[in-house]
Amino acid sequence: MIRTLPLLLLWAGAAFAQATPEAVAAYGSEDAARGLIIRSSTDVDALSPALQAFSATRPDIRITYEQWGSNDLYLRGEAACRGEVAASDLVINSSVDQQVKLVNDGCAQPHVSALTTRLPAAARWRNEIFGVTREPVVMVYNRDLVAPADAPRSRFDLIDLLRPEGSRFAGRIATYDIEASGLGYLLAFQDSQTATTFGSLIEAFGRSGAVATCCSAEIIDGVAEGRYLIAYNVLGSYALARASHDRRIAIVAPQDYTLVLSRAAMIPRQAANPGDAGAFIDFLLSDAGIAALTQTQMMLPEGGTDDMGLGPDDAASLRPVALSPTLLLGLDRAKRAGFLSIWRGTFPATR
Amino acid sequence: MQRHISLTTRVGFALALVLAVGGAAVTVAALQYGRQAAQTAYDRLLIGAADQIAGAITVRDGAIAVDIPASAFQLLALAPDDRIAYAVIGPGGSLITGYPGLAPAGDGPFARAVVNGAAMRLAVVDRPFSERAFRGSVRVVVGQTLLARAALAREITTGALWVAVAAGVLMSALAVFAIRSALSPLVQVERALAARAPKDLTPLDVAVPREIGGLVASINGFMARLDRQVEALRNLIADASHQLRTPIAALRAQADLAAGETDPARQKAIVARLHARAVSLGRLTDQMLNHAMIIHRADSVPREVVDLREVAIRAVYESEGVADADPAALQLDLPEDAVHCMGDALSLTEAVKNLVANAARHGGAPVTVRVAVHDDQALIGVQDHGAGIPLADRGAGMTRFRRASGVSASSAGLGLAIVQEVALAHDGRIAFSDGGPFEVALVIPRVRP
Repeated sequence: MIRTLPLLLLWAGAAFAQATPEAVAAYGSEDAARGLIIRSSTDVDALSPALQAFSATRPDIRITYEQWGSNDLYLRGEAACRGEVAASDLVINSSVDQQVKLVNDGCAQPHVSALTTRLPAAARWRNEIFGVTREPVVMVYNRDLVAPADAPRSRFDLIDLLRPEGSRFAGRIATYDIEASGLGYLLAFQDSQTATTFGSLIEAFGRSGAVATCCSAEIIDGVAEGRYLIAYNVLGSYALARASHDRRIAIVAPQDYTLVLSRAAMIPRQAANPGDAGAFIDFLLSDAGIAALTQTQMMLPEGGTDDMGLGPDDAASLRPVALSPTLLLGLDRAKRAGFLSIWRGTFPATR
Repeated sequence: MQRHISLTTRVGFALALVLAVGGAAVTVAALQYGRQAAQTAYDRLLIGAADQIAGAITVRDGAIAVDIPASAFQLLALAPDDRIAYAVIGPGGSLITGYPGLAPAGDGPFARAVVNGAAMRLAVVDRPFSERAFRGSVRVVVGQTLLARAALAREITTGALWVAVAAGVLMSALAVFAIRSALSPLVQVERALAARAPKDLTPLDVAVPREIGGLVASINGFMARLDRQVEALRNLIADASHQLRTPIAALRAQADLAAGETDPARQKAIVARLHARAVSLGRLTDQMLNHAMIIHRADSVPREVVDLREVAIRAVYESEGVADADPAALQLDLPEDAVHCMGDALSLTEAVKNLVANAARHGGAPVTVRVAVHDDQALIGVQDHGAGIPLADRGAGMTRFRRASGVSASSAGLGLAIVQEVALAHDGRIAFSDGGPFEVALVIPRVRP
């Protein structure tokens, strides 16, 4: 607890010091009657087809899309909830635990439509938060440097690869820095809750000098360029998008279990234009929206995809991250402090 | 005829009232029960989660640490749409983890609070520690919004109300059935009455339940009275046509004879016979009318308390002019105290007058009118010193026009028949007594004052 407090201050301070979006994009005419402000942790490029398709059907709306880091996005949402900064009309965050916390703290308003009621229970909570994508969490390796036969198919394989003294994978495994990335923290925490494998895995990471670093794009770049051989816990959407034009990138959905993340959309309580925000959620859930999201690999087909060795038979190993207050556990102050202290012991280099 | 609200309507109103009051009571009870049941169910959930968190509190190096188990949150997530809040509070109110400002004011294990704008139910569990490094109590507060409770309460209440509604419908159906079945004997009575021949006044013979047995008895009683009166009327007409024709024809014959008689002495004798016949005819008419009147009165005049001594005095007084007897030979034998019975003074007087007339005519002087009391019976009788009525003729004497000595010129033999009618009308009987002086008496129930 004593250790957490300065961290939180640091965290908050950092957020407000650089309280600017990573990127901003606009869709629709500047003269449009209404504005729709979307804040999201999703790369602009990934959502662009969906935004354009929606904008094409709604010329009366000017969409302003702000891309934020997942932690900053959460802090911004929290500040908006307290009325300290202007709220956006829609928040879409891959760090779904933080989104659930905002909803739990009464920062969201409900949205009900025929499309939202059709969502499975795991992808909807209180009619205030909706899972709009379906993205597997995968491992990525460099096809040139790791022979497919050597590539790990599961976490057990990964642990085995790191076990030998002087393994060539030592120091060349990358994963998210969970302190910097809300999504990274969520995925690591879900791992710790899903299977005991996580303990051995993190122990292997620590012993072999694995690298914890920031951001999906950087990690995938590193694998493509050969700085890392394998990246662990990468969002399938980014990996697939990259693999589609970079043949060096190969993707594996772990066979022991594969987390499936649904980016969570919610309408802030203070949203100025909740009606159009709801319309955009409905669009994402509609066939046209699903088609646009599929284009950027954000909608894992029900039958799986061969690109990552995830066939229909592997459906049993899929573990959707359900939108429920159970996710709040990882955000518990004491729990987070304990988890981070284990993590820090494993990755001293990043400190 | 005055129209009354139908039985079905009455029962309908009563049932509607019962259903409305009962329905309201059931609704209140169902609401209360539903709320209570839902409250209990979800309170257990809250306490369970709080206990799990409390169980995960440890004291390490004098510091309190808590590693909240996932199951605690999974337990809370069983209320699918409810927001949650929790706090682990150390000594002095310091927040160890969870939501700040979640300390309920009360002492009980449960409380209500508004957290982030939502009403929540809070459960509080205290875990005491007695370690070397730390002694004191750590408090766990777990809260949840009320959606699932309300939904469960609604579900339970709705279920209970549906059962109640079904019961109400069933009750209504049964009530309709019960009314129909209860009224069916009345319909039977109605059919039995409707199916009768116009002149059939015999008692109804319909098997009916006890509750309307009284009604049927009343109908039968009414018909019996009607029957008696019709009978009396018929008798009067029959008597008049049969009994009056002969004396009137005789009168005419005598009158014709008198008109044709030239000898004044014989004419005088005829006129004397004419007079005797006329007197006799008058008495016959009197008796017939009295008889009819008494039968009529027996059924129609309400009974009242009558002192038999007054009846006796009156009978003697009224007999003095009428009876052939020597007035001096008519005596009274009365007790000092009043002798009361329920009856019709006029009928009784008429009966006694008939007895006096009989005694005067057929018995021997002196004639005594006597009133006496035997236990519950009152007696009013007429004594004479004649031979009395032969035993064999006593029963017959009580029917009309059956006199032991045949129809005489002066009496149609209705005397004892009238007395008999009066006795029956007063629930009494006629008693004959021989031995001492011959006595014919009316014995009727006595009323004690």
